[in-house]
Amino acid sequence: MTDAGRAPLLQVKNLRVEFLTRRGPLVALDDVSFHIDAGEVLGVVGESGAGKSLTGAAIIGLLEPPGKITGGQILLEGRRIDNLPYDEMRKVRGRQIGAIFQDPLTSLNPLYRIGDQLVETICTHLPLSQSQARERAIGLLQEVGITAAAERIDQYPHQFSGGMRQRVVIALALCAEPRLIIADEPTTALDVSIQAQIITLLKRLCREHGTAVMLVTHDMGVIAETADRVAVMYAGRIAEIGPVQQVVKHALHPYTSGLMGAIPAIGGGVDRLTQIEGSMPRLTAIPRGCAFNPRCPKVFDRCRVERPDLHAAGATQVACWLYEAEPAVARG
Amino acid sequence: MAAVDHIADRFRRALDSDIYYSFRQSRLTMLSALVTLLFLAAAAFAPWIAPHNPFDLASLDLSNALKPPFWMEDGTLAFPFGSDDQGRDVFSTILFGARISLMVGLFSVVFALLLGVSLGLISGYVGGVVDSIIMRIADVQLSFPAILIALMIDGVVRGIVSGQEYERIAVFVLVVAIGLSFWVQYARTVRGSVLVERNKEYVQAARVVGLSPTLIMIRHVLPNVMGPVLVIATINLAIAIILEATLSFLGIGVPPTTPSLGTLINIGNNYLFSGQWWITLFPGLALAVLVLAVNLLGDWLRDALNPKLR
Amino acid sequence: MIAFVIRRLLQSVLVMLTVAFVAFSLFNYVGDPIQAMVGQDVSLADRAQLRKQLGLEDPVIIRFARFVGNALEGNFGVSYRMQEPVGRLIRERLPASLELSFIAAAFALLAGVPMGVYSGLYPRRWLSRLFLSVSLVGAALPTFLIGILLIVFFAVLLPLLPSFGRGDVVKIGWWSTGLLTASGLKALIMPAITLGLFQVTLIMRLVRAEILEVMRTDYIKFARARGLTNRAVHYGHALKNTLVPVITITGLQLGQIIAFSIITETVFNWPGMGLLFVQSLQFADIPVMATYLVLIAFFIVVINLVADLLYFAVDPRLRSDVATKAH
Repeated sequence: MTDAGRAPLLQVKNLRVEFLTRRGPLVALDDVSFHIDAGEVLGVVGESGAGKSLTGAAIIGLLEPPGKITGGQILLEGRRIDNLPYDEMRKVRGRQIGAIFQDPLTSLNPLYRIGDQLVETICTHLPLSQSQARERAIGLLQEVGITAAAERIDQYPHQFSGGMRQRVVIALALCAEPRLIIADEPTTALDVSIQAQIITLLKRLCREHGTAVMLVTHDMGVIAETADRVAVMYAGRIAEIGPVQQVVKHALHPYTSGLMGAIPAIGGGVDRLTQIEGSMPRLTAIPRGCAFNPRCPKVFDRCRVERPDLHAAGATQVACWLYEAEPAVARG
Repeated sequence: MAAVDHIADRFRRALDSDIYYSFRQSRLTMLSALVTLLFLAAAAFAPWIAPHNPFDLASLDLSNALKPPFWMEDGTLAFPFGSDDQGRDVFSTILFGARISLMVGLFSVVFALLLGVSLGLISGYVGGVVDSIIMRIADVQLSFPAILIALMIDGVVRGIVSGQEYERIAVFVLVVAIGLSFWVQYARTVRGSVLVERNKEYVQAARVVGLSPTLIMIRHVLPNVMGPVLVIATINLAIAIILEATLSFLGIGVPPTTPSLGTLINIGNNYLFSGQWWITLFPGLALAVLVLAVNLLGDWLRDALNPKLR
Repeated sequence: MIAFVIRRLLQSVLVMLTVAFVAFSLFNYVGDPIQAMVGQDVSLADRAQLRKQLGLEDPVIIRFARFVGNALEGNFGVSYRMQEPVGRLIRERLPASLELSFIAAAFALLAGVPMGVYSGLYPRRWLSRLFLSVSLVGAALPTFLIGILLIVFFAVLLPLLPSFGRGDVVKIGWWSTGLLTASGLKALIMPAITLGLFQVTLIMRLVRAEILEVMRTDYIKFARARGLTNRAVHYGHALKNTLVPVITITGLQLGQIIAFSIITETVFNWPGMGLLFVQSLQFADIPVMATYLVLIAFFIVVINLVADLLYFAVDPRLRSDVATKAH
């Protein structure tokens, strides 16, 4: 629950990201709006290609060409960061907003000791001496659960196992005390047994440091365990966004209910998993109106013509004409 | 009707493809393709285009020697780019010389390609000792510069064969010498591809059914490997042309009676200080332009076929 | 790691022996050494006698062993053309070639690496495009043409630099160097540039390609995400990772330089081994040819070995033993 008076940490307003190809611009993110409060965990789910990673890249300012932000705003603590010059944005990265990527093996420079990589990051953002930074680095390594940190700090990445490497990556992302971390599929590349450990670690650390997290994943289980709120993305747009228990248990958008139904539940008495017909449209062929309309079991005429904005429906917001707040129809 | 539509459709698709797009985007590439084609045409039709035949020893007249290009004093249109020390017309010799250079270049590349692809196929499919031997030789040869290998082979043949004999087979020796220094890259690429395909299930399935796994595998390997092989070939063509020119320049390439671009440049080298610059300059320009064009084409081909860079 | 070194050494020895065998075959089966040594009027009986005396009738293995033994002592037979011991001919000319090669290599590195780094980091700037264009031309021109062009500009049109010979040399022990005299240095300039230009283009394109590749890796992305300065990202992370493969390839290129010095020495009449070799080719002087082959092979093998060892020193992943593997 947020204080009514406190402004959110991160605000994304009507974000539009396009790919400029030789055949014309392709809209990859279309009018995406959400916010993240200080210290909360926002999960972002969706199929591959829905735009989750792209959103994270846009926020941290690492969109790769030919991608470009062509509309909307991104505000960090009330200050616009989407139009900052490179060097200003560089100072934001690491210090205000950190990032964790999917593959810990390729995220670390194989030729540098992890201690050097940590110290370098710390000294870039904080006014500490080399030895102070090293002390801090050792402390961080201990925090993320690396035993014998004082010795291992001088080892190379290839001398760590997958799970340990991701812990190092987390340490690196947190070492400059950012307010927000964008975690892009942090456990996908890890063994299942390690995944839970890493997620728990991430959650604990962020709570202790007061860091907000934008957790991008396609794994609903992780979201249900870890997130406070969740945003469901589809074809570059947000379909539904709200408190996690609400969205998981009482999905409003037909796509979300399809997603939930597709997850097998231990102890549930379900004979068949629901299947959503068809597949997510490619960027070159997004349908008119609501992007989900060709696959929606509850589609009606308006869906095919007009694109729905996010409407409030109780604690969640949903982009679906089924829930439009009409004055004539009173909804609870 | 359907067949025509089919062809038209494929043509349209080809025009719409990324490769053709990138080709047309680069004016430079189109220019180099044009230049290469011009050279090929000029070389192919040299006997008909050239005003003289510089290889016909009987037609040479020493009194025509060292004439300057036609726009200078003492020059005539009969020898538009001047003449060399034997009375040969520089322009005609450039045409005939380019012909030889291109011939040697193309044939040596084809030779290397055939040899390398075959050895690669054998090496990859047969495996075992044969594979080891071939690859060892390849490794050792790869650490030696191509020019050295070509020089050695050329030199050895000279040692074995008498002067007259050598003149007769010089071009053939050149093709083999230059070709032998190139085969390794093809062999390695093809071998790699074969090793990948060999383990696939369809090969084992073919064996079970009684079909020849070799033929089937080749059918699947060759299309995959054509792209990289083509890129290697274009790079090699440029190098082959340079190699032939270099060998001729050093005096151990084509015989002096049938000069190529390199030979001319060598001759002209002796006359630089005395002022007859045209003997070196024009063949030099021709050579540079030709190699540059082939290089650019190869570069474009490499970029176009590389999915990572698109 | 010791195992690796020993294995490489054995490999090198094997290669050398193979090359030596090829050279040996050349010596004995190409042309007739007896023919080259004596004139026409020596009788057949005398020739047979000579063959026996020189041990040319012994089995192949023994002759090969003798050949290798002689080679290790520096005895490579006598040049057909010049009637002098090949060993001495080569030793006289070795300093000239080696100096030229090293200066050319240094030039190639000093010019090629920075140009490559720049055009890799900032590929869209006009200077990068200029570098690329120059490299295209540099790669297309045959070495001898570059040499001739340089001569035309700096010796014929503007008589600034000498177009042949080494200038004055200073003898230190058995080595003669041109680096200590003004004329020697002047004489080095054009040949070194000619020899090195091809390498410049190669190194530049290699470095550029490597940097472009490295800049797309995840660890660079992560480094940026941590807010590291451009300087740290470019020169700290990217450069170090780029140089690892570049080192090996550059090392291998030294072999190319030594080979191409043949051409450069011919154009500039540089009194080195290359010129000797070309002359030997023209006259089918087998002893010189074969010896040159062995010598070049030796250089290349040594260079390859050093490059491999350097790789080890630079990339920590290759150094770790099984014992300290991931845990």
